[in-house]
Amino acid sequence: MDWELIGSSIGPIVLGAIQGTIPLTAASFALGLTIAVLLALARISGVAVLSAVARAYISIIRGTPLLVQLFVIFYGMPQLGITLDPWPSAIIVLSMNVGGYAAEIIRAAILSIPRGQWEAAAMIGMPRGQALLRIVLPQAARVSVPPLSNTLISLVKDSSLCSLILVTELFRVAQRIAAPSGEFLLLYAIAGAIYWVICLVLAFGQDRLEGRLDRYAV
Amino acid sequence: MPSDQPVPPADGLLLSARGLHKSFGDNHVLRGVDLDIAPGTVHALIGPSGSGKTTVLRSLNGLETPDAGTLRIGDLSLDFDRAIGRRERAALHRASAMVFQQHQLFPHLTVLGNATIGPIRVQGRSRDEATEAALALLDRVGLREKADAYPSSLSGGQQQRVGIVRALALQPSMLLFDEPTSSLDPELVGEVLAVMSELASEGWTMAVVTHELGFAHEVADRVSFFDGGVVVEQGSPEQVFEAPQHERTQRFLQRMRGPFGG
Ligand SMILES: Nc1ncnc2c1ncn2[C@@H]1O[C@H](COP(=O)(O)OP(=O)(O)O)[C@@H](O)[C@H]1O
Ligand SMILES: [Mg+2]
Repeated sequence: MDWELIGSSIGPIVLGAIQGTIPLTAASFALGLTIAVLLALARISGVAVLSAVARAYISIIRGTPLLVQLFVIFYGMPQLGITLDPWPSAIIVLSMNVGGYAAEIIRAAILSIPRGQWEAAAMIGMPRGQALLRIVLPQAARVSVPPLSNTLISLVKDSSLCSLILVTELFRVAQRIAAPSGEFLLLYAIAGAIYWVICLVLAFGQDRLEGRLDRYAV
Repeated sequence: MPSDQPVPPADGLLLSARGLHKSFGDNHVLRGVDLDIAPGTVHALIGPSGSGKTTVLRSLNGLETPDAGTLRIGDLSLDFDRAIGRRERAALHRASAMVFQQHQLFPHLTVLGNATIGPIRVQGRSRDEATEAALALLDRVGLREKADAYPSSLSGGQQQRVGIVRALALQPSMLLFDEPTSSLDPELVGEVLAVMSELASEGWTMAVVTHELGFAHEVADRVSFFDGGVVVEQGSPEQVFEAPQHERTQRFLQRMRGPFGG
């Protein structure tokens, strides 16, 4: 074991997680959820055009590899005169990707709320938009926590693909140290271990959140 | 006492429905329902299941829109032969408040939250005022100490009493009950009926769909017997329960009382 290399590389790799992986994931997840809610609403709006557009979007996102999406935006778009830096490219693609996957989760969650809840909201005088925001979405959010947690955990791991469009995140830092030293096994094992720790923390947070939300389980 | 009770119009009725028709697909569920309710009275809607009682009640609150007929509640007049707009439906929601068969409390809100969200978010009353009013109502149904509890932690009878408080908190001109005790364990029925009797004696105008014929007999001022989407017989509880004129009413009452009388 090259303890010295371990000692000197852990710092930069963790920094890559703190400055790269984590903010990249957090920003993409937040934006992605916003996109997902809009897509889910478009799907259930009953407006044929909106619903069809949302369906096509979701189909394309889910039917193409994330790596291809990243390359199309980062390496392909410059040919159309649209050149984006690594970070904006990564955030755009990851959030669009999360949007496509989470949309179906949120749509299913909204549809799982009993019709009687919409009716009770109407009975107390709420217009549909307000009923959605104050009555249905909060309950749908509760239902969505487990599947959305899986989406978030996948996103943490998938964000490593952004190293291929030159985003300085956890995995790219490990690659950079590994190449000159030749210690690929050691450095990629360290990188893997740090991803694992991040995912363990998220899974722990998911448990806590579900426990808190169980107060009002139906 | 019901506040803001609208001044009853010349015919002295708070609610008057004429010729309500409603179809779901080719299932003609309401076939010309007439209903009159005077202010301060309790009107019981009884009849076999599937006869259209729930559909009528939901129509009164604007949760269902009849295909034809007219409805007047207070100073609000609707003609269902014309299309009903969003604003008219909203006015219908405002005119009455409903207690549902499956309480339909908001599970993500506390008991107090359930009772104040309408007054605060819809009616624009201040949080302090709405909270004070809701706590007073919870006190009256014996649930003040449950204000911060979530609905899932309550018994069925308590949930239904919160449903009643949520309705009262809206300060409607009348209350609608759709079989409020039919999904309760038998030992919990009494506490809900007791609250309803009290509201009746305070002068609330109420339309109550119920299979509790004893309650209807004792508390109602008028009883309508529904069958096949029409009101077959209508009258005072004494008339309908003790001297029913129509054979269908007689058979229904016999069935409800069971083979051993009662
Ligand atoms: N939303 C609906 N869609 C289709 N059919 C309905 C709907 N609501 C009620 N019905 C039908 O209308 C009929 C009357 O129902 P309802 O008004 O609930 O009767 P009741 O309350 O007297 O049991 C039933 O045949 C029922 O299946
Ligand atoms: Mg019914």
